Amino acid sequence: MAIASVVHVLLALVCAPLMPGIVIRTKALVAGRIGPPLLQPYFDVLKLLRKSAVYSRTTSGVFRAGPVVGLAALLIATLLVPFGGSAAVLAFPADVVLFAYLLGLARFVTVLAALDTGSSFEGMGASREVTFSALAEPALLLGLAAIACHTSSLSLSPMYAGLGPAAWTQAAAAFAPLAGALLVVFLAENARMPVDDPTTHLELTMIHEVMVLDHSGPDLAFIEYGSALQLWLLGALVVGLVVPVRTGSVWIDGAAAMAGMVALAIVTGLIESSMARLRLLRVPQLLIGASVLSTVALVLMLR
Amino acid sequence: MRLLLLAVGVQLLGGVGAGISRRSRQWSTTLGVGGAVLGALLGLVATAGVLLGAPPQALWLRWDVPFAAFAVEVDALSAFFLLPVLGLSALTAVYGGEYLLADEERRSPGASWFFFNLLIASIVLVLVARNAVLFLVAWEVMALASFFLVTADDEDAAVREAGWTYLVATHLGTACLLVMFVVLGRGADPLDFDRFSGASNAGLVFLLAVVGFGTKAGFVPFHVWLPEAHPAAPSHVSAVMSGVMIKTGIYGLVRVLTMLGPPAPWWGWTLCGIGMVSGVGGVLFALAQHDLKRLLAYHSVENIGIIALGLGLGVLGRSIGAPALAVLGFGGALLHVVNHAIFKGLLFLGAGAVAQATGTRDLDHLGGLLGRMPGTGLAFLVGAIAISGLPPLNGFVSELLIYLGAYHALVARSATTTLPALGVIGALALIGGLAAACFTKAFGVVFLGTARSSHATHASEPGPAMRWPMYGLAAACVLIGLLAPLVVRSLAPVLVVVTQLPSDVVRADVASATAVFARVTIAAIGLLAIAAALAAVRRTLLTSRDVREAGTWDCGYAAPTARMQYTASSFAQPLTRLFDGVLHTERRLVAPHGFFPREAALVTETLDVARERLYAPVFGGIGRVLGSLRWLQHGRVHLYVLYVAATLLVLLLWKLG
Amino acid sequence: MSTWTDTILVCLVLTGFVLLGSSRLLRHIRIVAAQGVLLALLTLAAHQHALSARVLVLAVTIATLKGAAFPWLLSRVLRTADVRREVEPFVSYNVSLLIGGLTLPVAFWLSARLPLPAPPISSLVVPVAFFTTLLGLFVIVSRRKALTQVLGYLVLENGIYVFGVGLTADVPMVVEFGVLLDVFVAVFVMGIAIFHINREFDHIDADQLAALHDWT
Repeated sequence: MAIASVVHVLLALVCAPLMPGIVIRTKALVAGRIGPPLLQPYFDVLKLLRKSAVYSRTTSGVFRAGPVVGLAALLIATLLVPFGGSAAVLAFPADVVLFAYLLGLARFVTVLAALDTGSSFEGMGASREVTFSALAEPALLLGLAAIACHTSSLSLSPMYAGLGPAAWTQAAAAFAPLAGALLVVFLAENARMPVDDPTTHLELTMIHEVMVLDHSGPDLAFIEYGSALQLWLLGALVVGLVVPVRTGSVWIDGAAAMAGMVALAIVTGLIESSMARLRLLRVPQLLIGASVLSTVALVLMLR
Repeated sequence: MRLLLLAVGVQLLGGVGAGISRRSRQWSTTLGVGGAVLGALLGLVATAGVLLGAPPQALWLRWDVPFAAFAVEVDALSAFFLLPVLGLSALTAVYGGEYLLADEERRSPGASWFFFNLLIASIVLVLVARNAVLFLVAWEVMALASFFLVTADDEDAAVREAGWTYLVATHLGTACLLVMFVVLGRGADPLDFDRFSGASNAGLVFLLAVVGFGTKAGFVPFHVWLPEAHPAAPSHVSAVMSGVMIKTGIYGLVRVLTMLGPPAPWWGWTLCGIGMVSGVGGVLFALAQHDLKRLLAYHSVENIGIIALGLGLGVLGRSIGAPALAVLGFGGALLHVVNHAIFKGLLFLGAGAVAQATGTRDLDHLGGLLGRMPGTGLAFLVGAIAISGLPPLNGFVSELLIYLGAYHALVARSATTTLPALGVIGALALIGGLAAACFTKAFGVVFLGTARSSHATHASEPGPAMRWPMYGLAAACVLIGLLAPLVVRSLAPVLVVVTQLPSDVVRADVASATAVFARVTIAAIGLLAIAAALAAVRRTLLTSRDVREAGTWDCGYAAPTARMQYTASSFAQPLTRLFDGVLHTERRLVAPHGFFPREAALVTETLDVARERLYAPVFGGIGRVLGSLRWLQHGRVHLYVLYVAATLLVLLLWKLG
Repeated sequence: MSTWTDTILVCLVLTGFVLLGSSRLLRHIRIVAAQGVLLALLTLAAHQHALSARVLVLAVTIATLKGAAFPWLLSRVLRTADVRREVEPFVSYNVSLLIGGLTLPVAFWLSARLPLPAPPISSLVVPVAFFTTLLGLFVIVSRRKALTQVLGYLVLENGIYVFGVGLTADVPMVVEFGVLLDVFVAVFVMGIAIFHINREFDHIDADQLAALHDWT
């Protein structure tokens, strides 16, 4: 375990809330506003941690366990994701699966917490969340299997370490659909446009935000921080693929990946500013399309 | 060996005793439960040695029936399957004691215990039999014992229907097995298993085994009896049937595969295909169910599908000579057999407790039970997380083994394995997501929120004899999840038998898998530690603050009621609608009219597509054809004697002429 | 084997998937036009080391015919016929996408077993040709509108063209004949098909008029 790996985990923990900050700022700038400060998500989390909590009378221990287990799962997932070409803290064959299933665990407990409130709105959000994530799962695992095939390794760290410029020149045709698929998974799993509108104020149309309506105080802080972290982690998988800078120097690679993350956040903001949310019935098509793109990439790698 | 036979004897004695003492409910329960538990404990002692690496134990006695011999043996494979059978039977027997007694109106539980113990004893015999006749006899006793258990509530028409479906399905399966053994044996007498080797038409034997054993295991499209029979039986019997009885089908398939020599690649493709269809189909139909036990029964089809995916990869590994693939595929499948026995047993026991406490199994009438039945609820939650394959519990361990196998197969880049591996990864990922959807639905609607009907408001926790078996199984889920490296390492002896590879090759591959699971365990323990730390952080933050309770946020609506909660049907609706091409859900809608509608109703029902579209037309056709022969049946005895005489005459003429 | 050829072929596959997933007739026409341009580029890329006037003429012909002329004709039909611009598939978009996703591995598997006289310019050629041909057939079978049937035919044709270009190293007469046949058959089929379209539109219009009559 190199020092760089530990530093990258700390970088994720510290910088994760920056991502939604950049997205919000980009959207504001495109809309001709100045927008909240870049560090607003940090202020939000700190504010929520200082607040007290209000619990619904309907809820049980499951509601209180939700944010805690969810954030814990995401924190462990942070240990599995390589950043800037250097290895992750925990790397072993098929760690991809553990990563995907930890995200699944976080989703499972969030959904249960939503159902625990007995609110039909939160039930609605939960129902949509499980539907869309069930369809996004094959896209993610097949897509990462494509990288595994190309680099002939089963673990995320060597997989991403092997994705240098050479890989792109060899098989750009296969990597391009793969990047598309991962970008769709990134947007869908993080409740971004065109799948979910994070800024809507109408409960009927929300997916992720409506599930956490009843959380407050430190619980909500955990959830907000957790979703920023998830944005970072899935973003790191996308950036690791599309920023093929593997010089061997930890500093240059790390800086390039960091720049990639910022660029990804800006791109997300631009997508959110320029696209409308898809009709809910059309979202499955987008996700199935992503799975198909992953399959295309995988088949091309296998040839 | 003798100890194991003694265990079978104790089980049978307990069963007979329970059956005879029909007068006293208490007495027959004590005898039945005592026999099952004592037998299971003796059996566990007998098999533990073999699992830990002792040489196989065998016994051969003459039996004066053609082709028969009393040949039994406990090798690593038998012992591996015996472990969940004996463990689960003991726990479910303890549970069943209270479960059957609690229902005062029922007839004496004696008959039920007789058949329960007979079922367990026959499963044990199936797993150790080494002679085709003995195997088939035990197999048939197992089928009949479970038939009588399924039809315990035979005054209910639906239960009788379920029983008939089961009886027909299991006998069609057994017919295939009969043919299979004849083909395998090629006239050997007695038909001992060790004489079956290097069959000439191995492909035919494989297909017969898939159909015959697949009917018992619940491979799609032979699964139709499963969602009928499991909900009809008492819950502890459902747990045994779903947890271990259907696994005898898997055992039989694996055992036959060891007799057939090197497999052909298309066997692996077939198994992978069956696994994908069963896995995805099972979970989709589970999503569309409203009946808690029917939902669980369809999940058995799904998990059998996952097991078949593992077996398929293992067979492919053997056929292309890739030991790592064979070890990972078979290892994942076998471990999933045990894991499924544990969490499915747990979930059926939980469902039984819920059904008994509330009097209904309809999801849309339940809700908010976690407050009234905290123990059952938490145990069910553990089972739900485990069956969804989520870390850190046991379901994840076996699924990860199969994933590992699939990734190995992909990276190997052999033309034989890439397409199945692609399918396995896609199918497992989809199954994982859908299973999570299904169990958030099941747990969320049953245990969370508020009660949707009066059924659920008066529920209360069952007694300790019903709760502790559930706790035990939940603890097993956690332990296998956290001790994954040890568990995976202990698979080595059985994998040597199944893969027929040299012991050191298997051990090397198992060791590399063990290394993976060591990291997984680190992550799992880290997960629990971080969750505990975060909970502590929240507690310290909130101690000095004013934590209040309020109503759930209702978007300004003044009078929300429990009936307005999201129901199980509406929760699953986006997915069932998306997959309506598979499910063919029937909807009957009485739409509301006017400003103050008098009535409105929506009924959805998802019938089994194989039953409706495949078997109903076929059996209907057969029934019509045979119906045209009905004039032969007129009830006049002397004419029946004429038939017999005429047949005899024709046979004589044919033989002598 | 060159990256350019591979990239163009993959783009061809991707346009196929967009075709399966999109619901608008006009977008269908644009996608088929894009495929035409891609085929022209493919012709150039296949002969990038020996560019001759013949190749250039061939590419330009393809681009104008498949990329501009046919689409223009079809979109004019679409405009004048004043029909609903939805595709109205028999098979839903999701299932179509899945079937497309399954067809691709099958195409690769088939092409691996196909004995070829000479190695193609890229290992992707045969599978992509197979895939595009099957895709065209699927579009013809699974879509309701007469116009989509023409489009399906064009896609099928594109697949066959990929096969021809990819398998013959130097542009022989075969390919040029192929193009000629292309034009001939295309015009022929278009004539018939558009005749059908007109008939179908008349039919639909009549239906709609009858419905209006009912309401008034």
